[in-house]
Amino acid sequence: MIKRLSDHVLVPRHEVVSREEEAQVLTKLGVEKEKLPVILESDPSAMEVKAKKGDLVRIVRKSPTAGETIYYRRVVG
Amino acid sequence: MLTKRIEAIEFAVLSPDMIRKMSAIEIKVPDTYDKDGYPMEEGLMDPHLGVINPSLRCKTCGQKMKQCPGHFGSMELVRPVIHPKFSKNLETLLMATCRECGRIVLKDEQLKDIIDATKDRSLDDRVKILVKKTKAKQKCPQCNAERKQILLDKPTNFFHDKDRIYPTQIREWVEKIPSKDLELFGYEAERIRPEWFILTVLQVPPITIRPSITLDTGIKSEDDLTHKLVDVIRINARLKDNIEAGAPQLIIEDLWDLLQYHVTTYFDNNSAGVPPAKHRSGRSLRTLVQRLKGKKGRFRYNLTGKRVNYAARTIVTPDPFLSINEVGVPKEIANDLTIPEYVTTFNLEQFKKDIKNTNRVIYVTRPNGLRKKVGDLNKDEIIAELELGCKIERVLEDGDIVLFNRQPSLHRLSMMAHTVKVMPDRTIHMNPTVCRPYNADFDGDEMNLHVPQTAEGKAEARELMYVQDQIISPRHGGPVITLMEDGVSGLFLLTLKSTEFTPAEAMNFFYEIGLTDIPKPDRGKNYSGRLVFSQILPKNFNIEFPSYTSRLLLQAGLIADPKEDKEFDSYVRIENGKLVTGIIDQAALGEGTGRIIDVLAREYPKDVLEKFYRDTNRLAVYMVTRTGITVGLDEFEPSETVLRAKEDAVREELLEAEELVRKLKSNQLEPIPGRQVQESFEIYMLRLGAKQKSKVEKQIISEKIREVIGRPRPKYNTTTMILSGARGGMTNLTNLMGLWGQASVREGRPRRGYKKRLITINKPGDVGAIAGGFIQHNFMEGMKVREYFYHSMGGRQGEVDTGVSTKVSGYLYRRLANSLKDLVVNYDGTVRTANKNIIQLVYGEDGVFPAKTKRGKVDIKELLRRSTQKEK
Ligand SMILES: [Mg+2]
Ligand SMILES: [Zn+2]
Ligand SMILES: [Zn+2]
Repeated sequence: MIKRLSDHVLVPRHEVVSREEEAQVLTKLGVEKEKLPVILESDPSAMEVKAKKGDLVRIVRKSPTAGETIYYRRVVG
Repeated sequence: MLTKRIEAIEFAVLSPDMIRKMSAIEIKVPDTYDKDGYPMEEGLMDPHLGVINPSLRCKTCGQKMKQCPGHFGSMELVRPVIHPKFSKNLETLLMATCRECGRIVLKDEQLKDIIDATKDRSLDDRVKILVKKTKAKQKCPQCNAERKQILLDKPTNFFHDKDRIYPTQIREWVEKIPSKDLELFGYEAERIRPEWFILTVLQVPPITIRPSITLDTGIKSEDDLTHKLVDVIRINARLKDNIEAGAPQLIIEDLWDLLQYHVTTYFDNNSAGVPPAKHRSGRSLRTLVQRLKGKKGRFRYNLTGKRVNYAARTIVTPDPFLSINEVGVPKEIANDLTIPEYVTTFNLEQFKKDIKNTNRVIYVTRPNGLRKKVGDLNKDEIIAELELGCKIERVLEDGDIVLFNRQPSLHRLSMMAHTVKVMPDRTIHMNPTVCRPYNADFDGDEMNLHVPQTAEGKAEARELMYVQDQIISPRHGGPVITLMEDGVSGLFLLTLKSTEFTPAEAMNFFYEIGLTDIPKPDRGKNYSGRLVFSQILPKNFNIEFPSYTSRLLLQAGLIADPKEDKEFDSYVRIENGKLVTGIIDQAALGEGTGRIIDVLAREYPKDVLEKFYRDTNRLAVYMVTRTGITVGLDEFEPSETVLRAKEDAVREELLEAEELVRKLKSNQLEPIPGRQVQESFEIYMLRLGAKQKSKVEKQIISEKIREVIGRPRPKYNTTTMILSGARGGMTNLTNLMGLWGQASVREGRPRRGYKKRLITINKPGDVGAIAGGFIQHNFMEGMKVREYFYHSMGGRQGEVDTGVSTKVSGYLYRRLANSLKDLVVNYDGTVRTANKNIIQLVYGEDGVFPAKTKRGKVDIKELLRRSTQKEK
């Protein structure tokens, strides 16, 4: 039995980015926050890491071509 | 030039006042033309609505057909009807508002809460929430009125609980809704009022969009829209008469419904719950929605799929003597297509001569914009007028750049730029090497040409789309423009160990590739085929790899290690542009894998590969014509050993199958883990069939390979094609001269047929090999009747699958293309949509463009080597 979604091999790791780090991340990417892709607050993975509206979620996933890639989504209601 | 920029487009709904204001004339008469064929005054063809007769002038604007844009008219409806395309919007409003006071049936605080909660949600979301919160309300909190449930019987009938409410009543209701409430539903009060969704006046479109057609017989035929409008006027008039005559309510309501029907079908003749209006002939009418919607509608057919000038289309035929960059254009086409050129000091005299002596120049446009077609009569006049700044349009000539395309245009390479070569034939010629990217063959395929008209267009085509720059696929990072079929067979034959030419023969090859620097013979007085091939390689070219043939030899157990193969010399070694050993085949030339092509395309200037293809085509064609690639039935005559192998295989199949059936019947069959006994039995039978077939195949391969590869001039061309990887596989050969083996439908033995048996020749309940679809004959012997049926069962599946999969994948492709077409990799490396929303932070998550990779992989060592090399 899988108790947590993140235990499943196909579910990529989600984590909430702290406010301090968020600013760093955005400057590093050189990207406007509102242009980032979104994730619903009610998304099962987002709920699991207790992401709230306005947060930034980091998603680390495995890729057959790039090894490990990092993706960011902003949480919306 | 006057330039204007569209800043925004706003969509709104026409108010009745606006419709009347726009109206050139009010239409009252249901007829179109009178007895004498003149348009009726105030009829649907009234000349106030615009002109479609070139000799008449418009009564509204006074202009002639070309200038007059057409003018809208109007038609007063005696009773209002619902605009069918807005009934959903009405439903939403009715469900959320109060019939008495028109307010949204929520307390002010509640409403405020919803507004706050949905501040940054979409409009759709807010409307959904509003309706959800209000539709079940029994009482209006604003005025305490009782509420009833609203029900929409699509498309236009509204019920209030059980009672029908008519458009007039709905109109009264929605008129009461205040602007501030409407705004919550996304209505800008000045531009859209919901009562305008209920039509009191109908717009009559100009005749320009619904012209009458006069047939050759002189009979006038009206447009479908006109037919529909006639219906509306007729019923409108009847309704008016009945109301004025004080007819019973029931009759009036019936006519009112009929009016609604005609208006509904006038807008959309294909809406659910409404029978489509039919033409007299029984064909259903093509009204407004039908004109816009779908594949044949205005958007997809006329706007997305615009037809263009400067294009040509005809059948394509192969011509290996053209360069891959060239395209052979029929003279007739070339003389019809034009390219503009400007008259300068450099070409003025030449153009004058051309106009005088040739038909090269077709149009001349003077600097003042006057355009003249060059003809025999006005030649001298035009030459006299020709001056700097004139624009001439000349015929297509050798060396011009054109775009060449074959549908379906599924990838970038479906449209490439070629150089024109004008030819006498009436088909478009192309080098067969570019067949693969276009997916073309020559069984009647037609292809299109487009001629870029501007300097920018030509430059873009030449720099971005030229064939020689497209050889490495942007999809998998390997070559896609590759030698095919006879080309591969030809080089295979040329580079066999045994291939040898007398000096006289060799000179023919050298002549083909225009070689002047004739090498010394390498086999006594003779030239080896490999030496001939070596002449077209760059002098500093080095590579080694196992050929396709060597892999097959390895599989067949004829060699132990390709590298050490001395018997057939199949391992490719090229040292300093000399083919020392090895057979040039699929592995050197083929799609995605072609090792030689790969290196030539990446490491040499682009024209080196172009030249290489030019030469390989010539060598291969010469080789193939000299040897002949053709099939005789004697190729498929099985030897004694093959026959014996086959007999053994069949006997074993039958014996083992019998044993399996016995085990099944006596419940002794060991099931495959996770399968049921019956399933397992089927799988065992299938495996058995495959096993027996492969035994025969092995025997055939080992014999055939020796017969081809060991001989000075291979006799077996099917095997030549198989070994070189040009076409076909060993199974094809087994099917021809061995046995077909187990017939299969969807990865299993055929099952569907009669009760408990496939065909009636079998005994019911027989599950053995022969009754289950085992085919022990081959194409040469011919099959037995029942085998033929089994075979057809498998064949049918293939046929159905190709049909279904092209349809399904076509639609899937459309949807993908539509959703991905305006994604762009930005300068910051992100992939974004048209409104700059991010899709990927780095393109493909790894930032790698496959066309610049080696079959999808970044070769770091190679990059290092090359970058350090340049430093020196
Ligand atoms: Mg074809
Ligand atoms: Zn006009
Ligand atoms: Zn009320």
